[in-house]
Amino acid sequence: MSTAAPAEPEKLTKKSLLSDHPTWCPACGDFAVLAAFFKVLEKLQIPHEKICTLAGIGCASRFPYFVNSHGLHFIHGRVLPLAMGVSLSRPDVHVFAFGGDGDGFSIGGNHLEHCARKNPNLTYVIMDNFVYGLTKKQTSPTSPIGFQSKTDPGGAIDRPVNPMKKLVSSGASFIARTHAAQVKHMMEMFERAIKHPGFSVVEVLSECVIFYKGAFDNANPRKGGEFELIEEKSWDNSPEDDERHDVTNEADAYAIADIQYPGKFGVFYQNERPSKNTLEQQLIDASQEKTAGADARELLKNRFALMK
Amino acid sequence: MSSTPTAEQKPSSSDQATTERTEDINNAVIRLAGNSQKGIQTIGGLLAKLAGRSAQEVMTYMTIPSTISGGASIFQVRIGSGEVLTPGDEADFLVAFYQDSYENHINNLREGGVCLYDNDHVEPDLTDKRFIFVGVPMTSTTIEAIGGSARDRGKNIFVLGLITNLFDLQRDKLVHIIETQFKNKHESVLRNAMLAFDAGYAYQLGDIFNRSYEFEPGKAQSDGRITTDGNTALTYGLLAAGVRYGAGYPITPWSSIMEQLRSELPKYGGIFVQSEDELAAVSTAIGFAYSGHLAITGSSGPGLSLKMEAMGYASMAELPLIVINVQRGGPSTGLPTSVEQSDLMQAIYGSHGDTPRVVIAPKDVEDCYYIAIEAGRIAREFSTPVVVLTDQALSSRIEAFPEPDVSGVISPELDLEPRGEDFKPYPFDAETKHAPPGTRMTGNKYPVVTGLEHDEWGHPTSSPEIHQKMTDRRREKHKRMAASLPLPEIHGEKEGEILLIGWGSTWGPIREAVNVARESGHAVSAIHLRHIHPMPDGIDGIMDAFKRVLVIEMNDEGMYGYGQLATLLRARYADDKIKSLTKCDGLNFQIRQIIAGIENSSD
Repeated sequence: MSTAAPAEPEKLTKKSLLSDHPTWCPACGDFAVLAAFFKVLEKLQIPHEKICTLAGIGCASRFPYFVNSHGLHFIHGRVLPLAMGVSLSRPDVHVFAFGGDGDGFSIGGNHLEHCARKNPNLTYVIMDNFVYGLTKKQTSPTSPIGFQSKTDPGGAIDRPVNPMKKLVSSGASFIARTHAAQVKHMMEMFERAIKHPGFSVVEVLSECVIFYKGAFDNANPRKGGEFELIEEKSWDNSPEDDERHDVTNEADAYAIADIQYPGKFGVFYQNERPSKNTLEQQLIDASQEKTAGADARELLKNRFALMK
Repeated sequence: MSSTPTAEQKPSSSDQATTERTEDINNAVIRLAGNSQKGIQTIGGLLAKLAGRSAQEVMTYMTIPSTISGGASIFQVRIGSGEVLTPGDEADFLVAFYQDSYENHINNLREGGVCLYDNDHVEPDLTDKRFIFVGVPMTSTTIEAIGGSARDRGKNIFVLGLITNLFDLQRDKLVHIIETQFKNKHESVLRNAMLAFDAGYAYQLGDIFNRSYEFEPGKAQSDGRITTDGNTALTYGLLAAGVRYGAGYPITPWSSIMEQLRSELPKYGGIFVQSEDELAAVSTAIGFAYSGHLAITGSSGPGLSLKMEAMGYASMAELPLIVINVQRGGPSTGLPTSVEQSDLMQAIYGSHGDTPRVVIAPKDVEDCYYIAIEAGRIAREFSTPVVVLTDQALSSRIEAFPEPDVSGVISPELDLEPRGEDFKPYPFDAETKHAPPGTRMTGNKYPVVTGLEHDEWGHPTSSPEIHQKMTDRRREKHKRMAASLPLPEIHGEKEGEILLIGWGSTWGPIREAVNVARESGHAVSAIHLRHIHPMPDGIDGIMDAFKRVLVIEMNDEGMYGYGQLATLLRARYADDKIKSLTKCDGLNFQIRQIIAGIENSSD
């Protein structure tokens, strides 16, 4: 690669990351997600050209337009397989995928399942508002039973997806849940997700003030709700620690995910198993060792010799 | 089979039984019919490899039952000393392993042809005087030769020995090929194979059939030729084109390309991802392309339908992408193991909106290699999706051709040169060349690639003027590409009564039909379109010199009476002399079907 580093690498700032003014509705929860993302990038000082923001379709998926970084706005539901392609072929790049509940749990649900099990090195932020916003209020896969929408005027009847349970069962290696009104917590989750080697997912409850106002008030202390955190084990052998959550325990993560809405926030699960990037590289190394590093011409010639 | 001099085809009388006669032949079609796909494929493949090494031309044809394992299948090998363009309309020799093989295939044997049958299993109608019947106890002789609990396994190799003797094939070369083929198996496998082979080779047809054949020396170069099938040729063509990243989902008959890429790419430092579905496969491939690589995805019929939305994205975002479609019989699940050319319109127009892209097709197994390189060239140069339409017949058939020259093969390099303030991904006055992630933007303005309509910088816009201008831009770059293409070569005279036009794997049958028709005095010529969409300019000039034009393709004539390419040619040239010859039976065109089409087109 011929990336000559600049003489003096510019400092990554919120200003340098800011692109067009977001076109989200005023007071949309997604503004806070964007602001938290900028702050974490600023803190981590990732080289500007190595940041890559990708998205599918939906309100949340407008994200790449609002971040001044390499980006791609893709088709509905397919951002994860796209992001996997970027991550696997460009290990030098930090890959971020953004989307909403429709993109992630409905049209792209199967990709979430398989991306989780394959564990490519990338971070996926799902801005969950429990409603289809861009298409103006239809029932989403996370809309609670009874939610009145244009497709369910009498109230939703289908059981919603439980994102945390889905992610735990599909084998994602980092799973966290946060709230757009809790900026500090959101930043902490983003930072841990970015530092996690493998597939990291953060679900952010991000309110749609137009079509589902007040959806997450009961998890917002400023609105009279309770923001209950998962207490993680500190492994200090104290008696309190016995009660705390071991993030490597799948069954416990599943049990927390089962707590009634609004449930708990924090890291549900984390496990450092080899990423797909690592495993594919091992395959490359083993194959090239067998062929003693032969170049493309030699490899082709050797193969043709077997066809004679 | 053409033999010189023409031989008396009846079995000789007993007084000649001890002296074997040798006939010189230049061409033979051998059809092997049995119940084990694998067994039959093995001998067919070995014969093809031998021919490839022995200065003979060869082409094979096989039917694959669409069952999980086993099932009745045939493998047809045509070996010739001259140009071999098709696997042959009729067989000169039929090897029937079972009663149903005999019953189902005896009518594909030409009159005077030889039916070699296993008389342990087959009872032919010996009163049928059209054919020469030669019974050989294939099963019991094989069991005797191998011994033990071998049952009837290995009788395919027994038959290979029989054929080697009958056609005076180069035994040593063949033994070497068998040894190479079995070298990774348990030693008993090779030992049993050789016992069966020797038994077949030594088997005396005696006074039943005291004759053997000898091929005239071939004109082809025997050195430096390789023998392989279309999917394998395409796989290595992709590697030669510099493809290092791909993604796919298994579907017949595409799967063998992805299987080979999955094993081969890591040697080249690349990755092939087996995706959860077709949509993920094309999306991952687009992720590779966006990252700065030449990437591929591929599939067959139903899978191509599933990829369409993302392929439209690649047209809109102007990303280079190779999409292989190994066509099979459609519609829907259709005929997964039969040949058809009915995906042309979908390949060209399959996505919503106006999504110009390139569609090209290989004409034979050798061309599968070079078409992949051409696809890579176009995708890179014009930053556009390129669909390669190959088909089931090409995917599995084996041909011999000169070993490709790899001296020009270059290893791809990632272009991360910093881009200046003036960088535009979609300039009105130049071709798109994306800045992949990792590229420093010295003006600190980073590009977003998008499927929304956009301006030159990639910013979303719904401006009426810009949508029109960008639509023009995407169309015009493909027209520029077309203007750079050479005109197809004319097979036959430059003017005449009738011009045949084909695309894809009909190349061989059309060419042979032209040769046959010209020999019998018809003023017939043919052109073949390798670049189908956009097609090169100037085809009207070629057509002008002929009274009639007949477009030959393996798809349906549709509501308006014209096949898919014929419809496109009529739309482009509005010429009423363009007629269509189509068929949809899941089989390749036979020469006589094309000749009949030529004769019927005159009214």
